[in-house]
Amino acid sequence: MSARRGDPPAAWRARLERRVLAPLARTGWRYRLWILFLVAVVAWAVFAYSRQLGRGLIVTGMRDRISWGLYIASFVFFIGISHAGTLLSAILRVSRATWQMSITRMAEFITVVALLVAGLFPFIDLGRPDRVFNLVRFGRWQSPLLWDIFAITTYLTGSLIYLLIPLVPDFALCRDRLGQEAPRWKRRFFRAAAVGWEGSPGQQWRLHRAMKIMAVLIIPIAVSVHTVVSWIFAMTLRVPFNSTVFGAYFVAGAIYSGIAAIILLMAVLRRVLHLEEYITRTQFVNLGYLLAALSGVMMYFNLSEYVTSGYKMEAGVAFQFRQLMTGSFAPLFWLYAFGGLLAPALVILFRRTRTIPGIITASVLVVVTMWIERYFLVVSGFRVPLMPYAPASYAPTWIEWSVLAGAFALFALIVSVVVKLLPVVSVWEVTEQEEWERPAEVVQERGWAPAAVSPSSGGEP
Amino acid sequence: MDTGVGPDGEAAEATGESRVPRRGFLRSLVAWGAGIAAVGVGVPEANALRQGTRAAGTAAAATGTRLRRWAMVIDLRRCDGCQAIDEPPRCTQACIQGHLAPEPMQWIEVYEAPLPGGGTQFIPSPCMQCQNPPCVNVCPVGATFSTPEGIVLVDQMRCIGCRICMEACPYDRRFFNWGSPPIPREAALTEYSAEHEVPAIRGTVMKCEFCPDLARGGRRPYCSQACPNGCIYYGDLEEDLATNGREVVRLSRFLSKNTAFRLKEELGTDPRVFYIPGYGQDVGRSPYRRGLKRILWPWRRVAAGSERWGR
Ligand code: SF4
Ligand code: SF4
Repeated sequence: MSARRGDPPAAWRARLERRVLAPLARTGWRYRLWILFLVAVVAWAVFAYSRQLGRGLIVTGMRDRISWGLYIASFVFFIGISHAGTLLSAILRVSRATWQMSITRMAEFITVVALLVAGLFPFIDLGRPDRVFNLVRFGRWQSPLLWDIFAITTYLTGSLIYLLIPLVPDFALCRDRLGQEAPRWKRRFFRAAAVGWEGSPGQQWRLHRAMKIMAVLIIPIAVSVHTVVSWIFAMTLRVPFNSTVFGAYFVAGAIYSGIAAIILLMAVLRRVLHLEEYITRTQFVNLGYLLAALSGVMMYFNLSEYVTSGYKMEAGVAFQFRQLMTGSFAPLFWLYAFGGLLAPALVILFRRTRTIPGIITASVLVVVTMWIERYFLVVSGFRVPLMPYAPASYAPTWIEWSVLAGAFALFALIVSVVVKLLPVVSVWEVTEQEEWERPAEVVQERGWAPAAVSPSSGGEP
Repeated sequence: MDTGVGPDGEAAEATGESRVPRRGFLRSLVAWGAGIAAVGVGVPEANALRQGTRAAGTAAAATGTRLRRWAMVIDLRRCDGCQAIDEPPRCTQACIQGHLAPEPMQWIEVYEAPLPGGGTQFIPSPCMQCQNPPCVNVCPVGATFSTPEGIVLVDQMRCIGCRICMEACPYDRRFFNWGSPPIPREAALTEYSAEHEVPAIRGTVMKCEFCPDLARGGRRPYCSQACPNGCIYYGDLEEDLATNGREVVRLSRFLSKNTAFRLKEELGTDPRVFYIPGYGQDVGRSPYRRGLKRILWPWRRVAAGSERWGR
C-alpha cells in the first residue's frame, strides 16, 4: 500500500479517489459486450430451467436412487464461496490487522453475491416449485431444510448490513466527488445512499461502533451457516453422511474455496480497474498463506475421515471407500486430493512459485476442485446401495449443466453491475490506515493532522 | 403461489383437502416472521385428512376403544420369489395394480440377497413404517407424517418435492414422480387420499402406505392378498393378532418363537415390518435357484402422453 510513500498525502489521496471512483463514472464498450455475454448465458439457463418446469425433473439425470445431484452440490459449493468473505474480513477486523483494508470490500461483497446465487439452487431443485409457499404455510422447524433457510437468510442479512455500514462514508465521497461526468441517476443514488454522512465525530463514533458489533456478530453466524448446510446430509442415516465431523469439514472446505474465490476476484478487479497500487503482492501472499494453511486443515480432515473408516472397512463404508479410492469416483477424488489440496499448498510454500500468477493458479485449482469435491461427495454418498441392488449411476444432463453455467454467469453479472455502483475499495479505510502508518514527524512537518478516529483506537471517544 | 393455484391445487380445492382456514394461514405467516421457535406453534393442522386421523385417535381414546397398531410379518421361509409359479413376484404386481403405481415404482420390492454360504434368499420389502421415521423427521412441510395408527403417509397435495425424505429413508423405500406418471382412466376417476395415493402427481414423493383403508374395511393389503404362498401376515399389535388369510396367529408369540428380526435394527428406526428368516425352504425352494421374473406395469399401453423413467 505504501508503494509511493514519498508522495505528499494530499496527492496520494486524490489519486486513490480518482482510481477507485473512475469506473463509477464511465462505461466502455468492452464492459457492455461483457454484460451482453453474461446476460446471454443467464438467458440460456433460464430457457433450460423453463424446460425443466415444463416437463418436470425427468429432464435431469437424477432418479430415485441418486435423488440429489449437481444442483445440491452446486448449492453447497456456492455457500462455500460465500463463506470466506465476510468471515475473513470480520476476523481480520477484530484482530486489528490492516493489510487487508484494500480488499475487505470485495471480500464482503463476494459473500453477498454468492449467497444470493446459492439460495437459488434448492428452489431450482424442487419438484413442485409452484408450492414453495408451503414452506411458509406448513414450515416445520424440525427439518434441516428449514434450518438452512433460517441460517442463510440470517447470514445474508448480516452480511448485507456488514457490507453496507462501511460503505456509507464512501457513498458520501461519491456524492461529493463525482461530477457531471456521472449520469444523473447515479448522483441521486449516491446522495440517497450516503444517508447524510458528514464525517462528524459523532457519526464516526457510531460507524466504528456498528462495524465492531457486526464484526463480532458475523463470525458465529458464518460458522453456523455452513455447519447447518452440512446437516442436510449429516442428519440422515446414509453411511458416508452419517458423520459427526461433517460440519467442521464443510466449514473448513467453505473457507478454503472462499479464500480462493476472493483471490480470483481480487486478481480480476485489480487488472480491470487498475488497482495495482492498492492491491499488491502483500495481499496475494497473505491470502496465499491462509489458503495453504486451510489446505493443511483440509488434508487433516480427509486423512482422519478416510484413514479411520478405511482401516475398519465397515459394510457400507467399505463401498464408499472403494468407489472413491479405486472405483468410479477415483479420477475425481485423486484430482481433488493432489490437484486441489497438495498442489496449491506446494505452489504457495515454495518461494519461487509464490508469485502473483502462482497464487492465482493455485486459487483456480482450488475453486475448480472444490466444486468437484462437493459433486462427488453428494453423488457418491447417494450411490452407496441401501438394499441389495446394483449401484445406480448418475450423469448430469445438459439442462443441469446449463443451469450451473447460468449460475456462474449470474454471479459474474451481479459483480459486474455492482462494481459500477459502489467503490470496490474502501477509500476511507485505506486512507485512514495510510495516515496511521505515516511517521508522525512527516505529518507534522507538512502541517497535516491524522484523522479524528484511527482504526486501532477503534473510535472510542 | 400456494397450492390453490397449481394444477393440483384445483384438485385439492375440489376434494377440499388441503384448504387452510384463513386464520391458520395468517398465524403461520406471523410465526414465520417471529422466527424458529414460533414456527412450531404456527403450523396449522391444516390437512383435512390429518385432522380426520387425529380426530379418530382422540375419539378412540375418549370412548375407550383401542387404537389399531398395524404391523406386518413376512415369513421368508415361504417366499420363493414366485419361482414355482414362474411369474414376477405377485405381491409387487398386485400392489402396482391396486395402486396404479407408475413405472418404475415397486412400493414392495423383492430383493434377492446373497446368503453367507452361497445361494440367495428373497426379501420382499415394503415401507417399514418406522416408528422413529427419519423421513417424517426431515420433511420441511410435514407432507410426510405419522398417523396415530403408526403408519407413515405422504400427502402429495402438500409435498414440495425437495426429496430430503428420500435421502433420509435408510431402506430406499421412497419413489419420486420425476416426469408425468402414466394415469390410467380409472385412476383419473379416483378421489385422492394420502391413504390411497391415486392418481400420482408429478414432482411429488410416493411410497407404500400399508393399505390402512383396506385394513379398516377388514381386508388385507394387496400384497398379502396376492401372495400364493401366504408369506405376508398383516395384523394389529394392539390386538396381538395377524393373519395371512389362511391362519390367524398370536403376533407376539409368532414373532418370538420364530426368532423374527427387523431390517437394519441397529439404526433405531423401529420398523413395524418383521421378518422370519428363511430362503423359501417351506415351499421347496433351493437357495441356489436364482432369479426373479421382470415386473410389469400393464396399463402403460392405455395411458397416453405419459412418461417412464429408470431407477
Ligand atoms: S419430498 Fe415431499 S414428502 Fe419428501 S421431504 Fe420433501 S416435501 Fe416432504
Ligand atoms: S421405511 Fe423409509 S419411507 Fe418407510 S417409514 Fe421408514 S424411513 Fe420412512
